Formats: sequence, C-alpha cells, structure tokens
Amino acid sequence: MASFLLNGKTVTVNAEPDTPLLWVLRDHLKLTGTKFGCGAALCGACTVHLDGVATRSCVTPLSAVAGKKVTSIEGLHGPVGEAVQAAWDKHQVPQCGYCQSGQVMAATALLAKTAKPTDAEIVAAMQGNLCRCGTYQRIQSAVRDAATTLEAKP
Amino acid sequence: MTPTPVTRRDFLKVSAVAGGGMLIGFRLDQAAADQATSSTLNAWVSIAPDGAVTLTCHRSEMGQDVYTSLSMLLAEELAVDLRRVKVVQAPVAPVYVNTAIGAQITGGSTSIREAWVPLRQAGATARVMLVNAAAAQWGVPAAECRADNGTVLHGSRKASYGTLAAAAAKLPVPQNVALKDPSRFTVIGKPQPRLDGGAKARGRAVYGIDVNPPGMLYAALVPCPVIGGKVASFDGSGVATRPGVKAVVNIGEGVAVVADHYWTARSAADALKIQWDEGPAATLDSAAILATLESARTRPGFVAKQAGDVSGPLATGALEAVYTCQMLSHATLEPQNCTARVGPAGVDVWASVQFPQGAQGTAAQVAGVKPEQVRIHSQFLGGGFGRRLENDFVAQAVTIAKAVPDVPVQLIWTRPEDMRHDFYRPPSLHVMRGAVAGGRAVALSATLVSPSITARAFPSFVQNGNDPFMTEGLANLTYDIPNLELRTVIEEVGIRVGFWRSVSHALNAFAMESFVDELALAAGKDPLAFRLAMLQKMPRQQTVLEHVARAAGYTAVPARGRGFGLASMECYQTHVAVVCEVSGSAERVKIERICITADCGLAVHPDQAVAQLQGGVVTGLIQAMRSKITVKNGRVEQSNFHDFRLPRMNEVPPVQVELIQSGGNPGGLGEVGVPLVAPALANAVFALTGKRIRTTPLEDGGVRFA
Repeated sequence: MASFLLNGKTVTVNAEPDTPLLWVLRDHLKLTGTKFGCGAALCGACTVHLDGVATRSCVTPLSAVAGKKVTSIEGLHGPVGEAVQAAWDKHQVPQCGYCQSGQVMAATALLAKTAKPTDAEIVAAMQGNLCRCGTYQRIQSAVRDAATTLEAKP
Repeated sequence: MTPTPVTRRDFLKVSAVAGGGMLIGFRLDQAAADQATSSTLNAWVSIAPDGAVTLTCHRSEMGQDVYTSLSMLLAEELAVDLRRVKVVQAPVAPVYVNTAIGAQITGGSTSIREAWVPLRQAGATARVMLVNAAAAQWGVPAAECRADNGTVLHGSRKASYGTLAAAAAKLPVPQNVALKDPSRFTVIGKPQPRLDGGAKARGRAVYGIDVNPPGMLYAALVPCPVIGGKVASFDGSGVATRPGVKAVVNIGEGVAVVADHYWTARSAADALKIQWDEGPAATLDSAAILATLESARTRPGFVAKQAGDVSGPLATGALEAVYTCQMLSHATLEPQNCTARVGPAGVDVWASVQFPQGAQGTAAQVAGVKPEQVRIHSQFLGGGFGRRLENDFVAQAVTIAKAVPDVPVQLIWTRPEDMRHDFYRPPSLHVMRGAVAGGRAVALSATLVSPSITARAFPSFVQNGNDPFMTEGLANLTYDIPNLELRTVIEEVGIRVGFWRSVSHALNAFAMESFVDELALAAGKDPLAFRLAMLQKMPRQQTVLEHVARAAGYTAVPARGRGFGLASMECYQTHVAVVCEVSGSAERVKIERICITADCGLAVHPDQAVAQLQGGVVTGLIQAMRSKITVKNGRVEQSNFHDFRLPRMNEVPPVQVELIQSGGNPGGLGEVGVPLVAPALANAVFALTGKRIRTTPLEDGGVRFA
C-alpha cells in the first residue's frame, strides 16, 4: 500500500513495492496514456513528471514515489503543457503516436526548466525519447515553437 | 505491389437503416456474399438522421493517417466538412478485402491507391441520390440543385443530408456517376490536420495494449529462447500459488502466467524454471546464415527481368561485387500484445493488427471455432512496419485465454521477447556483375539470394521460384541497359523472416544503386550524369533525380571533407530519388542532410505525404547506419534499444522533402522513403572516404557515424 499525489489528487495503491510506476498507472489506475516501450529506460515512451522532473516510469518502483508528486499525460495542464500540445497540433507531429505522450512530457519538462532552449539543449533533452516513425524533425520544430509562444505571453 | 482492377466491388449498394438513415456499401459478388453473415457487414459510409457521416475505415491506422486520407476521398465527393466525418474501425468482412492484395491487409503502400476510385464513387453516388431526393421533395429538376457542406440547396430552399437520407436510400442507385475533375478539388491535395493528431498528443488514442474489457486479466510469457523450440518440462511450483496468479499455461513454445495484475504475472513468469527442447535452430549463427546464402549464389533461380544477352559483354573484364544485408527487427515501439476472450458467445480479440482477416483465421483455428465466431476488434497500431502482418501473438493470447474461459486476458510481450521473436527482415546476398563501354553501362546482371517471406506467409503466391516480393526493385528497374539479367534465388537459412517496410525494394536498391555508382566510376562518369543517360525513356524518373540533385546542391567534386551520394528508383508507382550529404572522415562520418524528391502523381494528403517520406528516411537510416540482428547458438543476440540502436534525435539529420505532382492517379508513399537511404549514404561515404562499403549496416564496413 502506497500513496502519492497523482495529477493533483492523492491516490492509494495496493501493489507490491517493486511494481514499476508505469504499471501502477496503466494497470492499477487504468491511466493508459503513459506507454510501455522497453522496460529499461531506453526509449522514453513511459515518461512522466516526478516532482516536475521527466522520469522513466518503467524503472521507477512504486516505493520510490510514495509521498511524491506525479504528473502523467492525462494530468498535463498549465501554460507550458498546453503550449507544447498546441505546438504538436500546429506542426502535425504524431504519426503512429505511440511515443508522443512521452515526447510531450519530456518537452514540457524541458521548457518548464529552460524557457529558451538552444537547439543543442533541445536535442540533449529529447534524445532519450525514441520515435520509431521518425518524427524528430517536427518534434524539434514544435518545441522551438512552444518556447516562442511561451516567451510572447506575459 | 501494384493494385489490380477492382473485381469484388464493382457496384455500390445503398440501403435504408432503421431510424431513417442511409447506408452506402458494396454489392457483393456471389462468392463474397455467401461469406457475409449480415447486411451491416456491407457498411462503408453511413449518413444518420442527424446528418452525422460515418466512414467505416477498412484499413489499420499505424501512423500513415489513413483515417484522414480516406475521409478526404469521401468528403471531396460527398460534399461534407471533413471534420464532421466520424471514422470507425471496420470488422473483418469480405467487403473490406484490399483488392490490391487479395486479403484484408494494410500494407504495400496501397491504402489510398486502392480506395482512390471506389471511395470517391461511393461519396459521389450518395451525393447524387441526396440531391435527387431533395429535388423530388421540392418538385424541381435535380440539375438545379447543388450539394454543399452536408446540405442540398435550391434557391432559398435547403435541406440537410440527415433529413434527406431516408428518402434518398429508397431511390434507384445511379450508375457511373461522374467524379470531380482534379482541378475542382477542394479537400484532396489541400493541407488538412490529422483527425487523430489531437488525441495522440494528449495520450487519448487507444492502441491494442490500452484496451481494458471488464474483468480483464494479464498474461506474461516466457518463450523458448530459440525460435521454434518447445517446452520440454517446467517447474511451476511456488508460482501457481502466488497471490493473484490465476493460471500457469504451457503453450508449447513457452509458458505463460495469468494474474490479476501485469507485474504479478511478469514477476511470477520470471520465477518459472523451464527446460527447453530448443529444436533444430539451436545451432544457428549469423556466419552460417551468410554461408548458406553464399552457397546458393550460382543457382539459376527466377529471372525477374531480362534484355539482350549479358553473356558476351560479361565474359571478360566484367566488374563484379558482392553485397550483403544483415537482418533487422521491426522494433515497433508498442511491443506485441493481444487481448483475447474465449467463451460460449465465441471469441473476441482486441489487437493492433495489419491483417485482421488473418487474425480471425488464426484465432478460430486455435479456439476450434468457425471464423465467423471470432470478432476482431482492431485498435490503433503503435507501429506496424510489417510486423503486425503476422498473428503469432494472437495465437498465443487465444491459447492462453482458453485456460480461463470467458475472461479477457491481455498478453503483453517484453521488449526482449519482442526483439528475439520477430519475423526478421531477410538477410540477403547480391552478386552484381556489369560492363561499361563508351561511358555507358552495356551489361548488368544481378542475383539476389535471400529466404522467401512469401513462401512462408502466403505460399500460393510463390510460383515456379518466383516470389513477387523478392523481385521488387529488380523487375521495375528504371535504367535502359541493353543487356540485362536480374534474378532472384530463394534460399532458406533456418530463421523466420517477415515483411519489413519496403520489403525487397530496400535490399535490391542497396546493391543496385551502390553498384551503379561503381559502374559510373569504371566508366569515368559522374554518377548523376551516368544515371540520367540511362533514364532517357523515363522522363518522370529523370525529373525527380535532377530535381533532388539541384535541391541538395549535389556535386561530384565537393569541397574537401564533404561528400554527396545519390540513389534513384521507381517503387509503389512513385518515382523517387535521394541525395545524402556527409562530412568528416571514416572515423566520424556526420550526415549533414538528406534530400528526397518523390513524384507520386497526386498527393491526396500532402502534409502527411511529406511526413511519410520524412519518417521513411529515418527508417532507412535504421538499415543504413548501425542496426542489425545477429544470431548465436540459435538465439538473437540483441534484446533492447541499447544493442539494437534505433536512430535518435541527435543522429538524424534534417530531411528535406519535395513532392512533384505530375498528375494522374496517386502513387504509393508509405514505403517510398525507405529503400534509397542506404545506397545514397554508402555512395556519399565513398565520395567522402574512397571506401566502398558493400554491407549494411554500413558501420560493419569500417566507418563510424557521428
């Protein structure tokens, strides 16, 4: 039994402490927006925010999130997340879309910390997120665009 | 693969539906009608009394945006707002067979090409019937009415499609309704946002792995580490009694644990002690695979294309080179998974599949029921690339589900299971021979040796040694060479192989387009000029090649520390050419830019046409740079993305896409971006370093990519 703050609400889960957060979200809590890709922190499809930091939920045990604040794609709100998703729409980023929850979470974490990332900073923050369809170019454009949008807002 | 003429759907069928709507489907030929169990199986397009338009999409969505593309074909002729078309996924039924392939399959870059005429006809016919219904109601000539945005108008009168649908459904179906001239298109060929884009950016799209029917349990599998091996014995003690574990199931090729939660099932499965009968593949390794291909290189095989007589010109002094390609995994980002329920009401299967008809047959066979007792609920695919033409995971899930009757069970593979139990892109060996004279190629012979995917997956398609998928890229060679002999030799190597985006086009293009550069060098010609001279009878091919060379700033004599490589072919009824620009040295080759130009006749959905080519190029880099599957002691050596390294954002250069629309029917695009990347990059590496690499991945040939 462990409790943590998920998307602004306290949740209590009855699962083994070594259960990865990914499966707590997908299976116990039926929030399937966070995706299973590799199980080894190699692809980024399972990216969530743990206390605001982009984190691979597939290798993060439930025991490590007790009492912490978790945001999944379903709970992504606020100006940064919304600007990122609007930029994803504008640049028509997704193809199969399976990696895109993780991409959006990684991009949002980047822009929350670094308002005006350089291209090198974008690549450094995003290169852990695989896209098997090859949407990288549009992801880069969308991240730059979201940064510009946020900069223009007071 | 080239679409064949429509046979099954020659006539549209329109019927009324309860509550006042209109259903547009197909009139089946008798053979197909005999298989159809219900009139609703004919549905393709329906118009509800409230005006809602629903398209039953008979192809799988796997990134190519088939929902929007097909909706655009319909909306153009039906005269409705694209954003008001609701798309639902088709079940398995004869009317949904892909006539370009002969089965209900999404593949071969056929979705738009195959639907291009009949779906527009369905829209146009329905529109004319709605107009006729309004004209009859108002007592005016139909010619004075027009349809626009879901409404029929006459002077100041107007009626929505929803209110006309019931009356329209009772009218005779007009034959041969004229389709719009492309100059009048307002939807087709215009930039449109993806209908599913918003959901995919917000985690709301539902893939096979996301389904959750009530009462669902999870299954985790331990498969035999050697493909084809079997369970000899296993010790499940201490596992079956774990809290939450519902069943331990020996499925022959592995042992599965069913539990109330995924992690419970996975942890329990990992604790199983299994002895394997590894079978005949247990001694297989990659060196043996290559030796097997090598041993077959002089077999005559099948002649895919022939002209003149190569024996004279190649008798003495011919240039000869051998090219090889390593195997590849599909590595769809969504691991294979399937949810199945076997109960008294039949079998339900929820899965991401490219071949739902095959999934139905497989599930029926495993469950011991008739195919019509199996309902396939197709979901979005987290990548297909040909992997999901196979239904091995469906068979496994249904086998496991039989152990817990009437309860849905979701089988989820781990990434290592997925990578080690794929149907791999075939390993290949090409023997290339050529002769030049007077600055031109005078003779060329090529022999592709590889195992046959088709002989396993669709054996009846292979006749007299001709696997029509192996000849792709040879039979449609664009070059005018007076003496030509292009052959394919089927040689099985002991591991199962599968269709991998662009199939043999990629294998053949790597050998052919690299070797054409070798011939150009031997002829003392610039590779661009050498190719253009052989394309004088192929003006569209010439145009794309000239165009991409210009766009890329191609030059045969680049600045020091730079290199350009090009490649060109026709595939899927589209003409395509690629230029790679590289810099650095053999120890550290940096891919600066990749330019691709394609003439697909007409691009129905231009933004996603560009996206398919961008993504196709990245897929081509998988083969070209460093990814490979190797085998040792019968086991695939790679297991996850650390040792099967897919291109990442820091490794993918800018991809510049140009579309030429020379008119006519749309060509295929889903696979077109893939095959030319490896040869263009190999040719660029040669221009940069003087090193001719004749194997993929190119890093196996002694270069390193930055």
